[in-house]
Amino acid sequence: MSLMSKVLATAALGCAIAFPVMAQPITGAGASFPNPVYQKWGEAAQKAIGVQLNYQSVGSGAGQTQIKNRTVDFGASDAPMTDAALKEANLLQFPSVMGAVVAIVNVPGVAENQMKLTGELLADIYLGKVTKWNDSKLVELNSGVTLPNLAIAPVYRADGSGTTFVWASYLSAVSPEWKEKVGIGTSVRFPAGTGSKGNEGVAGTVRNTRGAIGYVENAYATQTKQVTTQLRNKAGSFVSPTAESFIAAAQNADWSTPNFAANLVDQQGATSWPIVSPTFILLPKDPKDAARTASVLKFFDWAYMNGGKLAQDLEYIPLPDSVQTAVRAAWKTDIKS
Amino acid sequence: MQQAATTLRPPASGTATRLRGGSGGDVVFEWMCRVAGVFVLILLGAIIIELFIGALPAFRQFGLAFVWTELWDPVADQYGALVPIYGTVVTAVLAIILAVPVAFGIAFFLTELAPDWLRRPVGTAVELLAAVPSIIYGMWGFFVIVPVMAQVVQPAVIDTLGELPLIGFLFAGPPFGTGILTAALILAIMIIPVVAATMRDVFSTVPPVFKESAYGLGATRWEVMWNIVLPYTSKSVVGGIMLGLGRALGETLAVTFVIGNANRVTTTLFGPGNTIASLVALEFGEAGAGSLKLSALLALGFILFVLSFIVLAISRLLLRPSAKGASA
Repeated sequence: MSLMSKVLATAALGCAIAFPVMAQPITGAGASFPNPVYQKWGEAAQKAIGVQLNYQSVGSGAGQTQIKNRTVDFGASDAPMTDAALKEANLLQFPSVMGAVVAIVNVPGVAENQMKLTGELLADIYLGKVTKWNDSKLVELNSGVTLPNLAIAPVYRADGSGTTFVWASYLSAVSPEWKEKVGIGTSVRFPAGTGSKGNEGVAGTVRNTRGAIGYVENAYATQTKQVTTQLRNKAGSFVSPTAESFIAAAQNADWSTPNFAANLVDQQGATSWPIVSPTFILLPKDPKDAARTASVLKFFDWAYMNGGKLAQDLEYIPLPDSVQTAVRAAWKTDIKS
Repeated sequence: MQQAATTLRPPASGTATRLRGGSGGDVVFEWMCRVAGVFVLILLGAIIIELFIGALPAFRQFGLAFVWTELWDPVADQYGALVPIYGTVVTAVLAIILAVPVAFGIAFFLTELAPDWLRRPVGTAVELLAAVPSIIYGMWGFFVIVPVMAQVVQPAVIDTLGELPLIGFLFAGPPFGTGILTAALILAIMIIPVVAATMRDVFSTVPPVFKESAYGLGATRWEVMWNIVLPYTSKSVVGGIMLGLGRALGETLAVTFVIGNANRVTTTLFGPGNTIASLVALEFGEAGAGSLKLSALLALGFILFVLSFIVLAISRLLLRPSAKGASA
């Protein structure tokens, strides 16, 4: 592992040397879910403020490892680290952007955002307890839709991923049985169904398989024109996955938790989409190279102020202003310069 | 053979004085080769030791039972290797069963049946197939083979063979399209060129006089192949099959796309499974440093190493009697 991180660090260094512009190079590694928006921000920020980002989308676990070993300037993780782990590694954790996870289905005769589902039903489907699309519970919810006598084929992420972490968090929040039997993690032991690699793999398998249901980042569902579903939120109303319902969830969340580890799944609010999650940046509190860490902060400060539009174009959700202010305050107090 | 080898040796001490001027190059060359040879040994040893050290925490935690435990639960930090080992062995063996007859057919056609003008293009095509990157096979499998399996092959087989007693359980279950059989099919297609190219090359090393004598005695093509060509080349043929088996055991990407990636043991060929290489590739990015999960993944890597070693050892063992027979 340490050898791999060394190799990656060397590669990052090599890239930094290869462009001897006046740019201030910074290196980051970790979560793959926010990778598209980080790349876009990196391009734009280089023109705007001269900070050159080299981000390696190696996975949240690997990102945590690399920042613990200080082989990169910042780490990125979809799942928040625990308070104890952050203290031990002397890291500051703050959110950068948010994303939503949606359920997609391939059922003949069912159009986009037509099917109504609840969290409990999703848990039962992924536990292998509800196995037919014409199950009485599903028929009851979807009175206007004709549901076929077809086996439900649950599809999940086979690789460890932040998407699975968010999905499992949601199912645990709404189903005690899921919490007890399966739990929360970047990869969990799915009792039923089949796995595919990556968001695009899940989207492809759902498209290929009649009767399939899957979960993907909202951006992939939009790009590949999948049939998404409505979900019932905590307030009891059915909502469709739209930018408005995602932002409502972010605004209704309690961000005062330590280390900004806000739990955005199953939020209050009549219009909140129930499966929204922030993704996090990990930064050393005692930087070896203060100038580089200052560049990292400059980059995210710029991204907070100017990156919102770029994020929305890619179907991500910018942080609420109040959260941005709180994060800036944390930078001032926690990072030694 | 013995005489030919003797004449190829460099001249002995008497003539050495004449060569002294250029012998510096000889020394350098000799040591370069020695270093290269030893380097392979050291590298192999280092990899095995590094894997074993990394895997030690998992072996300590779960003991030998790691090998036959089915549970793979990252949330509870409980790991067992039975599912990936089962998947690796079953897909590789199925792939060999599917691939060897076809590869044999290709090699036989190319060396004995095909007209001269066709041999070059078909032979080149086979070699080109071997050069296709595995990701291409994976995507092709995912986008082309899987839908065909899900919509045509599997429903038909489940409704017919799946109803039979005794073997019915092999073909039961919902038609996902992915699964053990699809993975084996893709693997078979991937290893056919390797095995076929090796077989063709060794079949063409059979001295024509042997074959001509047999034909002269009235033997049919099949008899010539079975009684002359195969015994003469058996060692290299098994070697080629083992080469294919090695590729099938370690193949990662193509399998990941089509095997269904479920960490459960299923008896049905259409059920999803997982292989060692696929599981390691999928889970590595999210395994934290020093975690038990990382150790369990390294332990899987070590087991794959051992599996490959066993395959090699078995092939050597199988070859021993035939090698003796050939030299006698």
